[in-house]
Amino acid sequence: MRSSPVPKNFPAVLVIGLVLLGVCVIASLALGSRLVRFHELIDGLFHHQADSYGASVVRKRISRTVFSLFCGAALGVSGSLMQSVTRNPIADPSILGVNTGASLFVVCGIAFLHIGTANQYIGLALAGAAITAVFVYGIGSMGRGGATPFKLVLAGAATSAALSSLVTAIMIPRSSVMDQFRFWQVGSVGSATWSAVAAFVPFLIAGMLIAFMTAPALNAMALGDEVATGQGVRTGTLRLVAALGGVLLCGVTTALAGPIGFVGLLATHVIRLILGPDLRFVIPMSAISGAVILTVSDVCGRLIGSPGELEVGVVTAFIGAPILILLAMRSKMRSL
Amino acid sequence: MGSHVFQAEQVVAGYDRQTVIDGVSLVVPVNRISVMIGANGCGKSTLLKALARLIKPESGSISLDGKPVGKIPPKQLARVLGLLPQSPIVPEGITVADLVGRGRFPHQSWHAGWTSKDAEAVAEAMRIMNIAELADRHIDELSGGQRQRVWIAMALAQQTDILFLDEPTTFLDITYQIEILDLLTDLNRKYGTTIVMVLHDINLSARYADHIFALREGKLMAEGKPSEVITDLLVKDIFGLDCAVIKDPVSGSPLVVPKGRYHAGSASR
Repeated sequence: MRSSPVPKNFPAVLVIGLVLLGVCVIASLALGSRLVRFHELIDGLFHHQADSYGASVVRKRISRTVFSLFCGAALGVSGSLMQSVTRNPIADPSILGVNTGASLFVVCGIAFLHIGTANQYIGLALAGAAITAVFVYGIGSMGRGGATPFKLVLAGAATSAALSSLVTAIMIPRSSVMDQFRFWQVGSVGSATWSAVAAFVPFLIAGMLIAFMTAPALNAMALGDEVATGQGVRTGTLRLVAALGGVLLCGVTTALAGPIGFVGLLATHVIRLILGPDLRFVIPMSAISGAVILTVSDVCGRLIGSPGELEVGVVTAFIGAPILILLAMRSKMRSL
Repeated sequence: MGSHVFQAEQVVAGYDRQTVIDGVSLVVPVNRISVMIGANGCGKSTLLKALARLIKPESGSISLDGKPVGKIPPKQLARVLGLLPQSPIVPEGITVADLVGRGRFPHQSWHAGWTSKDAEAVAEAMRIMNIAELADRHIDELSGGQRQRVWIAMALAQQTDILFLDEPTTFLDITYQIEILDLLTDLNRKYGTTIVMVLHDINLSARYADHIFALREGKLMAEGKPSEVITDLLVKDIFGLDCAVIKDPVSGSPLVVPKGRYHAGSASR
């Protein structure tokens, strides 16, 4: 019998995750429309006086890589939190409409307020994400039984559909806004600057702290609200705090990179399949797997789209959609 | 083993403005097994939920050792008061040991890790429920009876003096019903755990309960020892069923024999 509740394969999974993360970082620095040689990579990273073209390419890719790691980690953890809060294995910021709410606010900002700085994007996206989350949660908790997972997902899907038509309605007549918006809207980490990374950090830390601190209580809530209440969890408060963490992480990512779908869903799902359902381990590993998935997608986008590049949001949608369908089919089979 | 006084006074509770429990007062007998009985819809599960703070009473008070339960921090309360609801959710892919370990939540804080005390509590709970050899199995692979033993073990790992169980034997074959009730009795006799549960079967209730709470239409109609409370008059009153009550030849407890419209009369002739 086990004396400690750490999943047996956790050390191995952690090591593999970190190795993959390292490989991703190197790939993200070296690969792209211009392939970088090994010595150029070393020059770019460690010899600041080296001024070969390759070295400067590498330097430009550092901020992009860090940014994509942060976005991926944030989306992965956001997905874990939202799946726990809704107790739905296919919940994802994009499925609950939170992404779209953030998009709508940013689009309004671009169209009506002419915003441009990272902080303005973050502020509006967070406000949009939070208001949408409250709205979806409000609709989802109407009627008997409170906010059941099923009602939440339905409310999220309906809200998301309504909001994206609003986004389109605002965009179409404004050709000048289209360009600024178009690149933001597909979701991209390509234009990342160090200032965007710096703006990201406080939100990332806050969201991660919430995730780590709520993990044990979320474990209890996974057994049902009644069991959790019996174990001393205030389920209403917990849902609110955990959802806030999820909204924070996904909102800030959406603000800076645009709406990127499916990463939260995939990152958490893969880890849950391997490690089991204990969120104290699933959450940190989802951060790693999210970072890996997003960075790999970004590198793929650069290689496929060469000499230009394919935005990472397009790549994750291409990878994510079929997997979502597979998962949905699998869970349907299971329930039959 | 502690001797906590848990009592309800004039509790009114229900769902969506519909009153189900209408002014129930009771004191839970310490270190005893109490069973709530009554017809479908009489409010026995609702009363259990109100006592176990799953639903908030509209009026009245519920207190532990004289202190209203609402004023006790939930985690602290959860170290005295355990609960196994009727239909808990099984997270996909969870193992037996993991699930039982989740019962330790009220004893842990988010920054402190898994202690040897936690490990001991889990091992003991699994031993009491005879599931030690299932530790690494997935819950989906288990039979209904094994599964229920795992859930009870989770509640035991919480190491509370008082344990509420909502129909712990539903959907189980008679063999497993007896097994579960025997294990719960072991728990009560060996560790003095105060048990309050809802059971459907009046004869099993009569056999396993030290104390019966009989409910009808949200009101407590009678309480006491099964031998005193369970009579043909009470069964008629509570369930609206004509019956004869005889002595259970095995346990000596009251045994309810329903009359019905057919098959009656030949034995009395």
